[in-house]
Amino acid sequence: MFGLSSFGIWSAYLLCILSALICVVYGAVNWNKGDEDLKKEDLDWAKEEKTEVEDAL
Amino acid sequence: MGLGTILTVLLYLLFVGYLGFRGYRDTKTASDYMVAGRNVHPFVMALSYGATFISTSAIVGFGGVAGMFGMSLLWLTVLNIFVGIFIAFVFLGEPTRRMGHHIDAHTFPELIGRRFDSKFIQIFAGLLIFLFIPLYAAAVLIGGTAFIAAQFHVDYNVALLVFSVIIAVYVIMGGLKGVMYTDALQGAIMFVGMLVLLIATYHMVGGVSAGHERLTELGKAPSLFGGIGFQGWTSMPKFGWGKPDFNLWWIVVSTITLGVGIGVLAQPQLAVRFMTVKSKKELNRAVLVGGVFILVMTGVAFTVGSLSNVYFLDKEVVKGTVKAEGKALVIAKKERNVNPAKPDSKPGHDPDVKALPAIVMDLDTTGDGNADTYLITGSVVPKLAALLPKAEVTPAAYKVGDAVTVKPHANAYMRALKKLPDGRYQCATSRIIPIFIRSAMPKWFGLLFLLTLLAAAMSTLSSQFHALGTSIGRDVFEQLGKGKVDSVRVTRLGIVAGIVVAVVISYLNPGTGFIIARATAIFFGLCASAFLPTFLAALFWKRATKAGAISSMVVGALVTGFWLLLVKTKEAAALGIVFKVTGGKNSILAGKGNWSVVDPVVIALPISMLVLVVVSLMTKKFAKEHVDFCYGGEKAEK
Repeated sequence: MFGLSSFGIWSAYLLCILSALICVVYGAVNWNKGDEDLKKEDLDWAKEEKTEVEDAL
Repeated sequence: MGLGTILTVLLYLLFVGYLGFRGYRDTKTASDYMVAGRNVHPFVMALSYGATFISTSAIVGFGGVAGMFGMSLLWLTVLNIFVGIFIAFVFLGEPTRRMGHHIDAHTFPELIGRRFDSKFIQIFAGLLIFLFIPLYAAAVLIGGTAFIAAQFHVDYNVALLVFSVIIAVYVIMGGLKGVMYTDALQGAIMFVGMLVLLIATYHMVGGVSAGHERLTELGKAPSLFGGIGFQGWTSMPKFGWGKPDFNLWWIVVSTITLGVGIGVLAQPQLAVRFMTVKSKKELNRAVLVGGVFILVMTGVAFTVGSLSNVYFLDKEVVKGTVKAEGKALVIAKKERNVNPAKPDSKPGHDPDVKALPAIVMDLDTTGDGNADTYLITGSVVPKLAALLPKAEVTPAAYKVGDAVTVKPHANAYMRALKKLPDGRYQCATSRIIPIFIRSAMPKWFGLLFLLTLLAAAMSTLSSQFHALGTSIGRDVFEQLGKGKVDSVRVTRLGIVAGIVVAVVISYLNPGTGFIIARATAIFFGLCASAFLPTFLAALFWKRATKAGAISSMVVGALVTGFWLLLVKTKEAAALGIVFKVTGGKNSILAGKGNWSVVDPVVIALPISMLVLVVVSLMTKKFAKEHVDFCYGGEKAEK
């Protein structure tokens, strides 16, 4: 496959592409899922990140 | 370096600086998006993530290793995509984000420290990160420096100085904040650069199948690495246990594939990245772009690194003026018994280094009067003839000062020679990708690739120094009860110290052997062994206890340290303790199975997991209120 005769190599080559495809399919199927409004704790976290962490850097 | 190149690089840096400046003014870091309640555009999110995680270490360092050992490195790409993107984002992303926000953790050490209600955990993790990130940062610096040195024929130290200054200015000017559009721009440049490289390389070697077939054919020639199990660039190394022939398999699978491939899950920067997304939707979308991005980064680097052998052996033509030619010693990787005279054995430090006697030509290819390209043109010892390149030089009769055309017919490893100050030569893996790009690709691509590598290095280094700064300031210093004002100062001092240490490591290790891959593997392996069991338990195992987590982290770090200092030959040799104690060996398990090339992660990770489970089951559970709180409960006191 792909001009590669060694199983250990063509399977790696194929799995690289398949893994990326799995990511594409998963991402596409769930593209609009998981949206949620920010809770107070998320906002507090982001504000603290902004003032305490980023400003320290 | 031409004026055009300098101008392009300056323009690029100015543009990145401008984006950083806008980031300051318009508040565009990931947390700004959250404060504003907006989603980050999925492409921006994924590209910035990719730019942060893929560095010159992956492209130049591991790409060079693929030039040496072949396509078996693609197993690392499989893990990079499947573990580093799919498993990380789908299974770890959301729980990390939820828990991080709920218990108000802003760094990885803080997350596990608060989950297990332990200052010790936070300080210990912070210290480990602070101490070892400079090693990984050095790997990134060496990769970029090696490219600049080879592409522009400048001295390694000069290239290191220029590169370090660019990085330091970028980091100090605000690169640490991870401004989303800057990172995304860098990710986009990297994506285009690597994609063009892949297409051009396959085109050059005659297509996908034809290129691979030719690589297989060429890989049948005798190899320097035959003695450790190399069977060609399109075959896995010999697999087995107990003989030196199986060493390469253990290097490729345990150090390169598992060490780096699993370690990514417990990278401190990754947890922070999960916490700075607004919702699971952003994580879902990032999986799509991230999977493709990583394929085009490491997949391309490893494929092109391997295929560069076809170019160097079959197609390369070098033109230049002969500056010198004669017998010289070429330091190659260890290959037992190829050179019975061992003229290079240095019994004090590294007895494994073998130098091959060969005839080497110094060529000036740029016309500036200095030799910049070194080619092996013949063999001195008949026994070595089959292992060394047989360069064709036209005209056949030539002398020093003549213009010649050379077909080097060298494999990638033998082609990547550098000259040492003592007159010997050394095969330098980190030069493989840079020399391939310089020799095989048009000049404009060299420039694009320079920007690709600058982008890769800047984005990764800034996230590394971000993690380093917060570790020493927030996780160590503040936890020790020091004041907030001092903590900011310590953070900044820590970052400066980290940059200096990384530059010093890079200065002392100019990209020979496969130092880049090894340094990366040490950091990733340490993260896996010391942090991964505790991180997973923090997210998914309510029964895990403080004592369990502490023992697991300490044991994981100690076993890794023990293995690197005393067992794993290459690292133990660099430190020299075993050599002094045993009077000549570099591993306490030298000659026993293949233990001396097995990566610590294979030993330390299972042990640290086991310790976590056993100690947790033997010690007192956390109060239900604490566990409930960490998993989202409202009532408990913090």
